[in-house]
Amino acid sequence: MEVDRADGRNPNQLRPLACSCSILHRAHGSASWSQGDTKVLAAVYGPKAGTKKNENPEKASIEVIWKPRTGQIGKPEKEYEIILKRTLQSICILTINPNTTTSFIIQVVHDDGALLPCAINAACAALVDAGIPMKHLAVAICCCSAESGYCILDPTKLEEQKMKAFAYLVFPNSILSVLPEGSSLVQGEPMEHGIITSVTHGAMSVDDYFHCLERGRAASAKLSDFLRRSLQSKLPGDLSKAG
Amino acid sequence: MGLPNASEDLSSEMEVDAFRRLFPLRYFERHLAESIRPDARSLSRARNTTISMGAVASADGSALAKIGSTTMLAAIKMEVMTPSLESPDEGCVSIDFHMPPICSPLVRPGRPAEAAPVVAKQLSDTISSSGMINLKELSLVGGKAAWMVYLDIYCLDADGALFDAALLSAVAAFSNLQIPTVSLDDGKIVMLPEEQKEENSEKEPVNKEKRKLTLGGIPFSLTCILHKNYILADPTSEEESIMETLVTVVLDSSNQLVSLYKPGGAVLAYTSAVQDCIALTRQRVKELHQILEEAISGMEID
Repeated sequence: MEVDRADGRNPNQLRPLACSCSILHRAHGSASWSQGDTKVLAAVYGPKAGTKKNENPEKASIEVIWKPRTGQIGKPEKEYEIILKRTLQSICILTINPNTTTSFIIQVVHDDGALLPCAINAACAALVDAGIPMKHLAVAICCCSAESGYCILDPTKLEEQKMKAFAYLVFPNSILSVLPEGSSLVQGEPMEHGIITSVTHGAMSVDDYFHCLERGRAASAKLSDFLRRSLQSKLPGDLSKAG
Repeated sequence: MGLPNASEDLSSEMEVDAFRRLFPLRYFERHLAESIRPDARSLSRARNTTISMGAVASADGSALAKIGSTTMLAAIKMEVMTPSLESPDEGCVSIDFHMPPICSPLVRPGRPAEAAPVVAKQLSDTISSSGMINLKELSLVGGKAAWMVYLDIYCLDADGALFDAALLSAVAAFSNLQIPTVSLDDGKIVMLPEEQKEENSEKEPVNKEKRKLTLGGIPFSLTCILHKNYILADPTSEEESIMETLVTVVLDSSNQLVSLYKPGGAVLAYTSAVQDCIALTRQRVKELHQILEEAISGMEID
C-alpha cells in the first residue's frame, strides 16, 4: 500500500540523522542529535556527591532537567523528565558509584515530531561522551499507525497530529559480537528485541501495536549502526571527562 | 552486593517482619517461587475493587474508587465558557490529579509528589486518546458558549497502582455526571437551580433533554510488574518500590489498545511478556466493566 508522505519518504525511511559530541566545554559530556528538523541538545554533569532525599543511597541516582524551546515548564515536561530518568536508570550501571547524582540537562532546540526519541538518543550519545559506564546503549524510534493499519516511521509534527496513533519505542543497542553465535537469545528472541520503554498516544488495535514493534526493531538496528559509526570516529583520549 | 551469608544465618532466627524489612527482595522472591504473593494473592489476580458513586454531593458528578487500599476520589464541576477560536463548537476537559500528604508518608506539604504530574498527564492523554468524551457534545451555543469540565482527582491513600485507580474513578465520575440545566437570559447563559423548574416558565432551559454525556469506548487499565520471568498484576506500593519495572496497559471495551506505557525499568519486555500483560488486562477489563455496571445500576435504583 503506497502512502504519500509530505516530504516524499517511503514509510520505512528515517529522516537524515546527525550527531555531534563534545560541543559544550564545561559539561562532562554533551551531544546534539537531530532527526530532520527536530534537534535536541543534551548535557551530562556527574557523578556529583550526594543523593536527593528520597533516593536510595546504595545506588547512583539520576536527575533529568528538561527545558522546552519556549514557555514555562509544565506537566508535559515533568512527564518527559520521569520517562527519561527511568530509561536512563535502566541502562546505566548504578552500583558502580553509589550515593552520587548524575544530572542530565535536555534542551529542545527545535521540535518537528518525534521529540522524546530524539532526546533519548541525544542523552545516550552524551553519556558515551562523558564516559559513564553503561550496560548497553538505548536507541529510540517513533512509529505511527494510521487508520488503514499501515505503519510509518519517524513522523514529522504534522504527520504525528494527523495519524490515529503513535508510539515512542526504545530498544537496547544491537550487540556486535566477536563470537560466531552472535547475541544470546532470551525467551527465543535476541536481546535487542526487548522493549526498554514504550509510550503510546491514541488508540490502535493490538495487532497494529505489534506491527509497529516489528518496524521499530528493524529501524533500531539501522539507528544502532549509525550511532556506532558516529561514536567510533572520536579519538580514544577524549572519551572520559567525568569526575 | 550485600551479605548473602548473613541473611542465611539470620533467617533461621529472625522474625518474618524483620526479614521483610531487611531483605525485601529475597522475601518476595521466596514467595514468587511458590507462585504466591505475601498478601496471599496469586500472581495474576488484582485486589478487591469497589466503586461508590455520588460521593461528593455538591459536585456535578463524583465517584470514590478503591482498589485494595488505594483510594481515589474524583469530582467533576462544570462551568460555562467561551470556546476557543480554533474549535468553536467544542467544549474542554481539564484534568488535575492531586496527591495530598494524607496519601503517603513520602509526600510532604509544599513539595508536590513526583508521581502527581505524570499521572495527571497520563490520565488526560488516555481520556483524550480513548475518545470516551466527544467534545462536540459539550457545546451549548455554537461559537458562543460551551462547557468546561473540571475533573479533580484526589488520592486519599497511595498503595500502588495509582493510575489504575485514578482512571477508574474518573470513568465512574463521568458515568455519574449530571449536566446542570442552563437557560438563555438576555443573551447570557444562566444556571438554573433544580427547584425553580416548575415555577419559571419564561426561563426555558436550553438543554433540558441533554443531561447525561454519551460515553464512547470506556478505557480500563491494569498495571503489571515485570520481574525476571514473573508478571505480577496490580502491585502494592511495597512491590512497586522493590521491583521497579512497571507496564500499564489500557484497553477499551472493544479491545482497542489505548495505551501501553512502560517508562524504562531494568527488565526488558519481550513480545511474550507484552502479550501476557495484554491478556491479563483483557480479563481485568471484563471484571471492571461489570463492577462499573453494578455501581451505575445501584445508583439508578436510589
